[in-house]
Amino acid sequence: MARRRRALAMLAALAALAAIPLVAGLVNQPFYLDLFRRIMIFAIAAVSLDIILGYGGMVSFGHAAYLGIGAYAVAIPALHGVHSAWVQWPLAMALSGLAALAIGAISLRTSGVYFIMITLAFAQMLYYVGISIEPWGGDDGMRLARRSQLGGPLDLGDPHVFYYVVLAILAVLLLVGDRVIQARFGTVIRAVKSNEPRMRAIGFSTLRYKLAAFVLAGAVGGLAGALLANQTEYLTPSYMHWTRSGDIMVMVILGGMGTLAGPVLGAAAFLLLENVLSAWTVHWQAILGPLLVLVVLYARGGLWGLLPGGASRDG
Amino acid sequence: MNWLLVVEQCLNGLQLGVMLFLMAAGLTLVFGIMNFVNLAHGSLYMLGAYFAVAFLKWTGSFAASVVLALLATLVVGMLVEVIALRTLYERDHLDHVLATFGLILFFNELVAIAWGRAALFASVPPALGGFVEILPRLRYPVYRAVIILVGLAVALLLYVVVSRTRLGMLIRAGASNRTMVAALGVNIRLLYTVVFGFGAALAGLGGLMAGPIYTVQPGMGEEILIEVLVVIVIGGIGSIRGALVGAVVVGMVDTLGRAFLKPMLATVVSPAAADSAGPALASMSIYILMAAVLYFRPQGLFPATRS
Repeated sequence: MARRRRALAMLAALAALAAIPLVAGLVNQPFYLDLFRRIMIFAIAAVSLDIILGYGGMVSFGHAAYLGIGAYAVAIPALHGVHSAWVQWPLAMALSGLAALAIGAISLRTSGVYFIMITLAFAQMLYYVGISIEPWGGDDGMRLARRSQLGGPLDLGDPHVFYYVVLAILAVLLLVGDRVIQARFGTVIRAVKSNEPRMRAIGFSTLRYKLAAFVLAGAVGGLAGALLANQTEYLTPSYMHWTRSGDIMVMVILGGMGTLAGPVLGAAAFLLLENVLSAWTVHWQAILGPLLVLVVLYARGGLWGLLPGGASRDG
Repeated sequence: MNWLLVVEQCLNGLQLGVMLFLMAAGLTLVFGIMNFVNLAHGSLYMLGAYFAVAFLKWTGSFAASVVLALLATLVVGMLVEVIALRTLYERDHLDHVLATFGLILFFNELVAIAWGRAALFASVPPALGGFVEILPRLRYPVYRAVIILVGLAVALLLYVVVSRTRLGMLIRAGASNRTMVAALGVNIRLLYTVVFGFGAALAGLGGLMAGPIYTVQPGMGEEILIEVLVVIVIGGIGSIRGALVGAVVVGMVDTLGRAFLKPMLATVVSPAAADSAGPALASMSIYILMAAVLYFRPQGLFPATRS
């Protein structure tokens, strides 16, 4: 029952997102198209983080690193004249997955607060590396000559086409994510979160499962980064800045971790809030900060938990 | 290679090390005793620097500005603890991270509102200007030498306080079993507030001394915070001794890496390649060090013993 209601809510949300370009066209505000595309891209990043944070209990504070690697995987081939999305996007996923493998292999040896600090430190390391490599834009970043080429009628230069491509990727991610969470792999990940020693005792090699989830999350994060570079048509190391990791984490918590719809909702709420507050005052972070503290203190379930019927966690 | 330059860079490394130690000591104490992850520690460092600049303008006296800035960060630290953080001790680390992340956004913006986003200029006090001849032909800035001395003095003072005084005894007792300490009639909440304020003042001290060397601007706390996290991960979270060793090691590796990695690489590979690889490798060095330490000792070099 809960599962069906959840599926319906998800469908409704996707339908609403699909209708956004029509509404934006009707009220003649193309800006909303841009904003909601950005929301969906960050939703993809937030969902990927939630796989390890919400379901796996691994508090990774360095998720922006994969976003950055994905963006570099688009911009660097583009610099050398390779514009095909079929090269760039798989490359983004492969490279960020590899980075996640290396970072995970070291940081998953530890747990708790060490894990938080180490993932943060590694992401920040990549940020500093990005800043110091001058041929790839260094501190200033670089422009993307053109968006990734999907071929055929799918021209990402067209804002509507790009919008629906991102929406399709988000929908596929949610669908596949739901299957993975319900499958044996997802069950093991969730079980490890609730009691890792017991899972080890009954014969699971928990580290391998955690590492696999970490790599999966990293690869999807890289895809979000590739899309982000296309969205802004710009690459800057600040995609990897640690406050970006914090933002993505806030989206997950704000929406409700341990659910798939939560991070999507959280990304929308966070970016809309940012949009509203920053239109109102340049010092919007002075409002967002205390708001965040209040959410942590009083609204742990996130927005999804406040919705009727949403309180039961996925799976 | 010029040996005087090596000695000078070692001194710079030591100077960065004691700066990191001032931050790491407070962070690691708060973690060791309250089991609390305070990412906003960098904000207190930033506030220390801003307070010092503001009070110097107001009073015109460097000594007065130091004392006032220390007191101000102490008060801010205690206020933050009482208003926002106290209720979070019982929650998990994720909540600590998120709430203090919110505080960072808040403080950075507050500073930008009060003093603007542009970097402020903090000058070295005239009495500490100039150079001192440490070795023949090696002239070292007095100000940096003073920072090293102050840092070492604080380290010594901390050691005495923690291991020789009643307050230190309570701190150690609170770290190992807070319920028992509370049951014995100690006001543990007050103790926590005092420790937090103490850590805040240490961070403020680091910040106000850093002002004239680095730039005073919003977000200055986070750059050093990340390095401080590396320090306490290497040293072992909760251990002051670990913080000291970690800080000096990280300060040395970072400074020497930035100074000598590029020329050393240039002797092996082409100068052009060294030009681009040198700075990248130098900025990675402390993280590689951290990864290596963790590989062999996942709990850091001097893990604090907790019951």
